[in-house]
Amino acid sequence: MRVAVPVFPGSNCDHDALHACGTVFGWDTIPVWHQETRLPEGTDLVFIPGGFSYGDYLRCGAIAALAPIMADVKRHADQGGLVLGVCNGFQILCEAQLLPGALLRNATLRFIHQDVHLRVERTDLPFTAAMKAGEVFRVPIAHAEGNFTLEPADLADLEARGGVAFRYCSPAGEIGEAHVPNGAMNGIAGIVNVRGNVLGMMPHPERAVDPRLGPTGGVGVFRSLESVPARG
Amino acid sequence: MKVRVSVQLKPGILDPQGKAVEQGLHGFGFAVDHVRIGRLIEMDVPGTDPAEVKAQAQAMCDKLLVNPVMEKASIEVL
Repeated sequence: MRVAVPVFPGSNCDHDALHACGTVFGWDTIPVWHQETRLPEGTDLVFIPGGFSYGDYLRCGAIAALAPIMADVKRHADQGGLVLGVCNGFQILCEAQLLPGALLRNATLRFIHQDVHLRVERTDLPFTAAMKAGEVFRVPIAHAEGNFTLEPADLADLEARGGVAFRYCSPAGEIGEAHVPNGAMNGIAGIVNVRGNVLGMMPHPERAVDPRLGPTGGVGVFRSLESVPARG
Repeated sequence: MKVRVSVQLKPGILDPQGKAVEQGLHGFGFAVDHVRIGRLIEMDVPGTDPAEVKAQAQAMCDKLLVNPVMEKASIEVL
């Protein structure tokens, strides 16, 4: 598995991504500066990390979506390559129109940092193949703009095509507004594109994989990716 | 020509900032309602034909200045 981690001015979870993929899972993991125009040869997964790219100017992720490296990320995705965007990475994927929707300010108006429980809605994805349907896992969130929003008709389309990968839930897996920390529509925490090779999620699985640092609720995403055959 | 683009959240999109400011104004006794916060972008655009300049500004909105999921814009050529 070869992983490219694009780094933008203001990215601050790039080292979490590099640590999870490189140190914990032992993958060939390469940081890629946003001014680069090509991903490393043989990239299997592009991991767009969290942070405050370009200071969140204009809208979260709007400027990063125009960075030189993103053209090659789009090419990679168009060719079926895997793309995982976490937190600001999710916002960037929405702004780059690789995923539908937008992440608005949290309904509570506050930056929220806490652990959340997520329910797995799809198990046929490269990101979830090692997980069970309805499985609940616990990972942290840390964001001010995670309130996933879509026009009602587009939301219905997203749900109808099974575009929701993860939903906020109770520890027992119950769905409901009380378990949605940020106001996201339908409790949506993570979505995939139609092809299923691009995943965006607000919670941080990469921050919950190293037993030396704490709980390891995020390993399911990485174990799933581990079983993906390398593209070479 | 001077162009002013006003970007507003679409109706129905939650505006937590607007809500917070509204509550602040209530605290001062102003009985305001439906406070919405947007963004005002001013720029000098080359050209002398207002229609052409406006078309350029519209293209900028489509490409970058506006996220159509949550925002709408109005363009004024001054």
